[in-house]
Amino acid sequence: MAEKFFFLMFAVVAVGSALAVISLKNPVHSALSLIACLLQVAAIFVLLRSPFLAVVQVFIYVGAVMVLFLFVVLVLNIKKAQLETFPKGRRWFAYAIVPVVGIEFLAVIFGKSFTATGYEAAVEEVKVATLGRALFTEYLFPFEVVSILLLAAMVGAIIMAKKRWD
Amino acid sequence: MIFTIKDLLSIIPELIIAGSACVLLLVDLLISKERKACMAVLSILSVIAAGVASYWLLGADFMGAKSFAGMFELDGFSTFFKFVFYTATVLSILLSFHYVKEEDINLGEYYVLMLFSLSGMMVLASGADLLSIYVGLELMSLPIYVLAGFLQNDVRSNEGAMKYVILGAFSSGILLYGISMVYGLTGTTELSGVAAALSDSSVHVPALSIAIVMMVAGFAFKVAGVPFHMWAPDAYEGAPTPITGFMSAGPKAAAFAVMLRVFMEGLQPAYEQWMVMVGVVAVASMAYGNFVAISQKNIKRMLAYSSIGHAGYALLGVMAGTEEGIASVMFYMAVYVFMNLGAFGIIIMMRKGGQRGELIEEYTGLARSHRGVALLMLIFLFSLAGIPPTAGFMGKFYIFMALIHRGMVGLAIFAVLMSAVAAYFYIRIVMLMYMREPAGEFEFARSKGIYYALFITTVGTVLLGICPGYLVKLAEMASVIM
Repeated sequence: MAEKFFFLMFAVVAVGSALAVISLKNPVHSALSLIACLLQVAAIFVLLRSPFLAVVQVFIYVGAVMVLFLFVVLVLNIKKAQLETFPKGRRWFAYAIVPVVGIEFLAVIFGKSFTATGYEAAVEEVKVATLGRALFTEYLFPFEVVSILLLAAMVGAIIMAKKRWD
Repeated sequence: MIFTIKDLLSIIPELIIAGSACVLLLVDLLISKERKACMAVLSILSVIAAGVASYWLLGADFMGAKSFAGMFELDGFSTFFKFVFYTATVLSILLSFHYVKEEDINLGEYYVLMLFSLSGMMVLASGADLLSIYVGLELMSLPIYVLAGFLQNDVRSNEGAMKYVILGAFSSGILLYGISMVYGLTGTTELSGVAAALSDSSVHVPALSIAIVMMVAGFAFKVAGVPFHMWAPDAYEGAPTPITGFMSAGPKAAAFAVMLRVFMEGLQPAYEQWMVMVGVVAVASMAYGNFVAISQKNIKRMLAYSSIGHAGYALLGVMAGTEEGIASVMFYMAVYVFMNLGAFGIIIMMRKGGQRGELIEEYTGLARSHRGVALLMLIFLFSLAGIPPTAGFMGKFYIFMALIHRGMVGLAIFAVLMSAVAAYFYIRIVMLMYMREPAGEFEFARSKGIYYALFITTVGTVLLGICPGYLVKLAEMASVIM
């Protein structure tokens, strides 16, 4: 019961701050709301008995990614970004689609058809050792592909950032 | 669960490509800027080496087996697609030789990124688990985002790459959401496990439909199907032309490979549900792509819309949901590589700095002074329009046959009507080339790379049109994935 209460609390704050990310005009405020949102997700990981993932979430997203985000926002000219809103022409499309999709999702959730299998298994605490072992045995292949992916991303980032024309 | 030597052997082609990409990254430092063509040659050699390895694996006794705890599947289906990717990559590199010098983007990383993307496509075609499929998808797309924005000084290139990367990230998110729901419903990410879990009809709840909608949306983005096509015209127009060709041939074929694998193997029990959604995207793509292409003035943009239309035809083959349908999509993708890269080859040849060779009117009167070039363009355009005896006709023919055998005659008729619309804008260029007087002089980019590429694509387009039997046999043999 207490767990459900905490989940609802974290979830509501997470969704609320996610909405703030896209609706606030000042990019710094948006970035700060995103930090709030990511912290709530970390809390939900704790509820799912995965303290390691929660810590990683805080370290990587809040610690590294968001700090970079804020740096970029500070370096860029935010006044200009504040003034420019989204192009107005296509908004009616979004207004039309969102309720339809929203009602569909609500119907699925409250139609009691949404059952997740495998959740019971997750009630036990996931140990870091289990995670590590799974990564290097069962999930070895995707793990290695990700390392190539990161190398490609690094090469790409340098290529994009380097000034070539002088 | 420790992997064995067989596991390693089955990924040799992937290891060759990813490994040579890493090595070339270092070799690049030793090669001076004037001699970067060496990088292109080395990349082609490594692709050929991977091709030899793939061919050798066809005879291996563990062909058809899964490795790495069910993450990777080496079978005829993936090998067929890998050869399509090899061809597309080699042709694009051949087309790049001259172009990168002309545009002053003569960097070794250009080829390295292409190889990284190729390795992603290969992982994707062999992925037997939603996890390795997703990782492969990202490895394929990420280098393409960078390559699309490679022309740093060109605003169009920057804009196209920006749209591509943002919408790409968004669509990845949607796809992952769908994958996570499938995992929640079935308790596994392995495709055969998903299929086994879904064969129990109690899992067919509305949530499954939402999961399928999201997966269709995610994959439709990668093949540029309507309404997930928004990125395509800008990215195609802005990207360096050889990369536009590469994007429209390689990653598109890879996306179809994974779509066939996921829907035909994993989600086969839910055929009734995804069939409708794939069908809607297919019909919308054919109609939108072909009609909007008519009004384009830039030939790269026109080919972007035409590729949206072609994605629609191939989606029809997926929708048929039979082995014949799978084989027809495989054949279509192979044919598309030749005819599309051929057309892009001519565009690259016409280009001489600035935007030249990109406007459709610049082809006016080409046949008067340069018969050979005009004839090649005519072959590629006829093939894209699907006029016999070219390969494009055969590709469409097999897809329509698969549809008719499935009883979807109405859709086949619609697709034929859309081909008639498509014929209008392809043949308009032919008319400009042959029926009008030239307005000025033509200048061509002359390079051995382009000649080789045009030779291969022409032979492929004509040969597959006249005697498609052999390749169709191969595709039929390899289409057993269920």
